[in-house]
Amino acid sequence: MAFDASVRRLDFPILERRVHDAPLVYLDSAASAQKPARVLAAVDTFYRQHYANVHRGAHTLSDEATSHYEAARARTARFLNAPSERSLVFVRNATEGINLVAHAWGRTALREGDEIVLTVAEHHANLVPWHLLAAERGVVIRGVPLGRDQRVDMDALADAIGPRTRLVTTFHVSNVLGLLNPIADIAALAHAAGALLLVDGAQAAPHLPVDVQALGADMYVFSGHKVGAPSGIGALWVREDLLRTWPPFLGGGEMIRSVELERSTYADIPMRFEAGTPAIAEAVGLHAALDYLDEVGLAAIWDHDRALARYAIERLRAVEGVRVYGPEGDDRGGIVPFNVEGVHPHDVASALDTFGVAVRAGHHCAQPLMRALGVQSTVRASFWLHTTRDDVDRLVEAVAEARAFFGAVA
Amino acid sequence: MGFLEQVYRDAVLEHARSPRNRGALDPYSVRQEGVNPSCGDELVVYLHVADGRVDKASFDGHGCAISQAAASLMTQAVRGLTLDEATQLITRFKAMIRGEGADPSLGDLAVLEGVSKLHARVKCATLAFVTLDAAIDAYAAGTSEAAQVSVDESEPG
Repeated sequence: MAFDASVRRLDFPILERRVHDAPLVYLDSAASAQKPARVLAAVDTFYRQHYANVHRGAHTLSDEATSHYEAARARTARFLNAPSERSLVFVRNATEGINLVAHAWGRTALREGDEIVLTVAEHHANLVPWHLLAAERGVVIRGVPLGRDQRVDMDALADAIGPRTRLVTTFHVSNVLGLLNPIADIAALAHAAGALLLVDGAQAAPHLPVDVQALGADMYVFSGHKVGAPSGIGALWVREDLLRTWPPFLGGGEMIRSVELERSTYADIPMRFEAGTPAIAEAVGLHAALDYLDEVGLAAIWDHDRALARYAIERLRAVEGVRVYGPEGDDRGGIVPFNVEGVHPHDVASALDTFGVAVRAGHHCAQPLMRALGVQSTVRASFWLHTTRDDVDRLVEAVAEARAFFGAVA
Repeated sequence: MGFLEQVYRDAVLEHARSPRNRGALDPYSVRQEGVNPSCGDELVVYLHVADGRVDKASFDGHGCAISQAAASLMTQAVRGLTLDEATQLITRFKAMIRGEGADPSLGDLAVLEGVSKLHARVKCATLAFVTLDAAIDAYAAGTSEAAQVSVDESEPG
């Protein structure tokens, strides 16, 4: 069956809501995705019929809960085309996944003067953990700029990678520009220098097929809440031979083999990295969300995103005083940052909200990129599989109305 | 009156377009920077204090219509007040923005009452007042250049 966003729309109960007496147009999926009914149902059924703590009870419910939780792990590994689920660690979100890498690997493997290469377009989640590590370990961070075409400058990236480079870490899809990074090419550059590659997949996993083996990633993170799962669950996949050598991140129950008063030995992977009671029902929700995305078809979602981005960019540019940022082309997904001349992005977003149109305004946790674009902040409209051309039309009408309302506020 | 018009009253838009008392004071008694980390907007408030009263106030910086109008209105409202009176004004303004209604003594500042309906934007309106508060504290402590204050560090609303 051909992809149809207006049909997919019906899968999301919240989209029936009205905001300020107007039908909701939800264009903030890049911040967090709405939840399909089947995810809500899966979580509800799990709580009603199978819930208990995992990995310890000898009783039936605990056994069922463990089976569900581990099935979610296997499902998530399959979603990433990972070779096995043994090195798939459940985390709270992509941010926690990156912090786990910085702690478990970074603090033990890196020495003073070792280098981490990243780009100016990273989310703060892929900057700040490395800043903390740099301050603690004397690790050097090398930032790669965007080229004139507003894509990552691959020559500058190749130049930045040197003999001391231990890690290249970058986004799969930019949370501001919607840009698809050529990860396989970046992996080749990193590996040629003997460095590892960590991929921040937070904005890719909801939108396109991910194959960690084809990409050549050594580590890959994404957030459940952006793929339609509940908040509080995310995944970090690490090459198994690497993960086996890492020490624990957090200490506590579930991650141990044996504990004495003064020392512990630790569980095998992946449990070594999952201290305490995990997000059990959230993992079940993630399983349902990934089933949903695969059934809809991620290749079709990516085609839809790109077509909608082209349409939105064209229509927004036709509104006087609107400036759209980022590159155009086949590598541009459904995230469109823009500004209205003379009107602050927060005022634009508040005005759009009164028309029922939900967008984000601000620096999008990407202040270095904002500086590179020469702006303090932008409005950002982001699309997903339920976003229709009608939604984009409503956005464009609301932007024109907002501009008329504010006039030229300097 | 539509929701948007209730928040962005004509007087708010007018102050945003043509802010009063914008630019550095020279000389000044105290210069205080403020920031709203959620949007990165920065504001500088200058006070000239004479005989225990705010003789003149000004602000500098760029931001949204609400933050610019609030800063402009603040510099007008605070002029001629004793430091204690200015502190009371800040308290009453914050109460209004929390949705507790506009005290008549707030005068022209009452045009910002609609912002209380827009929770996401409350900090835009309070930034100028949080910065003013820090400026008064700095002056009382005998400093003329104080460290930047964040709207997040102040009490809610």
